[in-house]
Amino acid sequence: MAKLDIERIRLKVYRFDPETDREARIDTHDVPYVDGMTVLDALFHVLEKIDGSLAFRFSCREGICGACAMFINGSYRLACETQVARVLREGHRELHVMPLPHLPVIKDLVVDMTRFWQNYEAIAPWIVTRTADPEKERLQSPAQRKLIDEYVGCILCGSCFSSCPSVWTGREYLGPNAMMKTYRWVVDSRDDAAVERLGRAGNEKGAWRCHTIFNCTEACPKKINQTSAIQGLKRRTVAAMLRGAR
Amino acid sequence: MIYHEVLVVGGGLAGLRAAIEAHDAGCEVAVLSRVHPVRSHSVAAQGGINAALGNHEKAQDDSPERHAFDTIKGSDYLADQDAVEILTSEAPVCIYEMEHWGCPFSRTADGRIAQRPFGGAGYPRTCYAADKTGHALLHTMYEQTLKRRIRVYEEWQVVSLAVEDGRCYGVVALDLRTGALEAVGAGAVIFATGGGGRIYGNSTNNIINTGSGMAVAYMAGVPLKDMEFIQFHPTSLFGNNVLMTEGARGEGGYLRNALGERFMEKYAPQAMELAPRDITARAIQTEINEGRGFPGGYVHLDLTHLGAERIMERLPAIRDIAINFTGVDPIYEPIPIQPGQHYFMGGIDTDSTGATEVAGFYAAGECACVSVHGANRLGGNSLLETIVFGRIAGRHAAGYVKGEGGEAARSGLAKVMARVLGETEKKVLRVLEADGPEDPADLRDELRETMFRTVGLFRDEKTMTAGLEKVHELRERYPRMGLRHRGRRYNLDWARNLELEGMILVAEAIAAGALARRESRGSHFRTDARERDDESFLKHTIARLTGDGPRLEYRPVTITRWEPKARTY
Ligand SMILES: Cc1cc2nc3c(=O)[nH]c(=O)nc-3n(C[C@H](O)[C@H](O)[C@H](O)COP(=O)(O)OP(=O)(O)OC[C@H]3O[C@@H](n4cnc5c(N)ncnc54)[C@H](O)[C@@H]3O)c2cc1C
Ligand code: SF4
Ligand code: FES
Repeated sequence: MAKLDIERIRLKVYRFDPETDREARIDTHDVPYVDGMTVLDALFHVLEKIDGSLAFRFSCREGICGACAMFINGSYRLACETQVARVLREGHRELHVMPLPHLPVIKDLVVDMTRFWQNYEAIAPWIVTRTADPEKERLQSPAQRKLIDEYVGCILCGSCFSSCPSVWTGREYLGPNAMMKTYRWVVDSRDDAAVERLGRAGNEKGAWRCHTIFNCTEACPKKINQTSAIQGLKRRTVAAMLRGAR
Repeated sequence: MIYHEVLVVGGGLAGLRAAIEAHDAGCEVAVLSRVHPVRSHSVAAQGGINAALGNHEKAQDDSPERHAFDTIKGSDYLADQDAVEILTSEAPVCIYEMEHWGCPFSRTADGRIAQRPFGGAGYPRTCYAADKTGHALLHTMYEQTLKRRIRVYEEWQVVSLAVEDGRCYGVVALDLRTGALEAVGAGAVIFATGGGGRIYGNSTNNIINTGSGMAVAYMAGVPLKDMEFIQFHPTSLFGNNVLMTEGARGEGGYLRNALGERFMEKYAPQAMELAPRDITARAIQTEINEGRGFPGGYVHLDLTHLGAERIMERLPAIRDIAINFTGVDPIYEPIPIQPGQHYFMGGIDTDSTGATEVAGFYAAGECACVSVHGANRLGGNSLLETIVFGRIAGRHAAGYVKGEGGEAARSGLAKVMARVLGETEKKVLRVLEADGPEDPADLRDELRETMFRTVGLFRDEKTMTAGLEKVHELRERYPRMGLRHRGRRYNLDWARNLELEGMILVAEAIAAGALARRESRGSHFRTDARERDDESFLKHTIARLTGDGPRLEYRPVTITRWEPKARTY
């Protein structure tokens, strides 16, 4: 990666503790820049060397655990895999780090994901089978496996949920992630509960709330196309209704 | 006070598997974890999980016995052979169970679980889900805990273990969001708190792998076993040490030095790039030390001959990581790599049921030492250990609670928990109010740098003695540190520096064990004692914490069928 000829980077970070602060503020820090530095590295510098009260989530630092999704310079990104140099190359002159929008703030960059997790649980995201388990594996061809490949890559980071206007306005919509995950099970050749799953996704909390705005798809750090999964759900729900009506 | 029949600390693979088993055995179970379960380190495992399924065309006569032999030879004969036999014979059952639970394994052309070759294994027996196996397994395991509605305390950090008269009564934990300290009583406690890679610099581990569970147990009087055995992974990304899975070599990747040579032919002419990790990591470091590396200290992992299609299908995450962090696309260019700290073979001393010497206290997964990995773990055996021994520990903890053990524990519960809560409160407040001149971030950095440099890939008496002295110095400086923030809510400064004491104590156990072991075995390689010495050291190191550091004892290794032989590849 091309080297950047700078010594410091200006970081503007959102600060808010709902228990003690009347309103949020933005703190500005100048952080020493080193090659290869990520946004997460910059946050750690603040925590360890400047202001120990900064709160943020982290774990894997390699883009797989989903802990560090944030709103960085106007886009949803994982702080750990976002190189400072890349943000600057996009034409930004400083880093702007905000928590995931539209979610309640616990402190600073740490948001309350309760509703996201509850919605995930609400779709019964586990396999349901009607036949006894075989002695060995249930067979699944590489082609059948491919149908779920995109969707099992989800890291449950919450970006899509945070980005969805239907989630902001409709308290009961389960959101793009829950819908995409429903579809993941519907198309898994080993799962036998497609009828129940489509029933759940076909009601007022489900797929019909999606207005194909594509915010989620754009927000997803794993480039998962939730919208096409939701379209798939809609198609199958209609097909199931037609079959039922016959 | 909160009470659960079985309390599992840790939401990674070992913890969730233990919770599921204890739940299915009829116990009321809760999981407590300092991160949401899917953020646990298990999610980052890449390459795969071993089981002798024989699905690969070259592995039709593979068997649990052959898997056991490879594991024991890989361990340089330090693993307990009865425990290894449990690991490898339970492996197929556990893998099929994960598949029945919906785990999205990659598949063979005829629809079975795909398997790939891994280092130190005689057959391709590593089951995988592309290069995101840990993610596939952990998400599946989490789905099963949701199905069972197992309660999870998310973002709670355990600070102490309540032990009295050889019996465990629960834990004291910090609720990070509120900053409140809570006593959590339990009929049985299972630690599944993962490894301590971040005690070292240049680690492939996630940031939260600080060994805090090992430290909490150690401070409560539970001994640690074989701590000197630290695995260094041959291929971590140059710069930030993100792992480049062994699966990359399993798929046919080459290692080349700056002269373009496939240097492994000098070190393991038969196995080449698929020699076990200890041998491969030392080979790379030798090339670098002798001037055949690239400037800065790295060699190349070359995948360019594999072709775009294979890389995209089998190693997509590796490619993304290489592009994201170094700008190198492995389809066209070799990846710069160096050895990095990777895994703790040692841990909380348990037997093959997960039990420790404290009644009602169990451990499983990377934080535990059963021991199935001995002096060197084979790739793909750790994920396996989490599931096999998580399950076993869950079952035995449930049995203990249902038997008289649970009753006995409950009778003294309130009193013990009140005492431990009081003592812990004092300790955590002392840290929160610390306002000395020492910067804890410096202490942490110095600790990591010291451990990697002095108790690393190549060891000798003089360097290790200096390292141990430095650790002692850090131990003395720790109480003089100053925190930057004194609020209680989501105070990372507090939570992270609370653990620092434990990191230092565990580092001390590692260095002391390594100094005392005057031989080379597996990952423990001494330039001043290059041979394995079965006569004096075919035994486990047991470290107990005393007022002036670790006291070492030794225990024999269990040998069942495989007599120690020279280890060549
Ligand atoms: C990058 C990488 C790749 C790997 N790839 C492979 C592979 O392909 N195959 C293989 O076999 N092995 C692999 N390993 C090793 C393997 O991933 C780990 O050993 C294994 O996942 C550990 O699982 P665990 O359940 O024991 O602990 P973890 O998954 O680390 O979970 C620990 C849990 O404990 C909790 N915890 C810790 N301390 C506390 C505390 N004080 N209070 C409360 N909660 C606490 C954490 O929140 C977490 O939930 C890899 C390791 C690394 C570093
Ligand atoms: S679908 Fe994408 S954005 Fe949504 S939770 Fe999963 S990884 Fe995050
Ligand atoms: S820290 Fe895990 S995704 Fe960023």
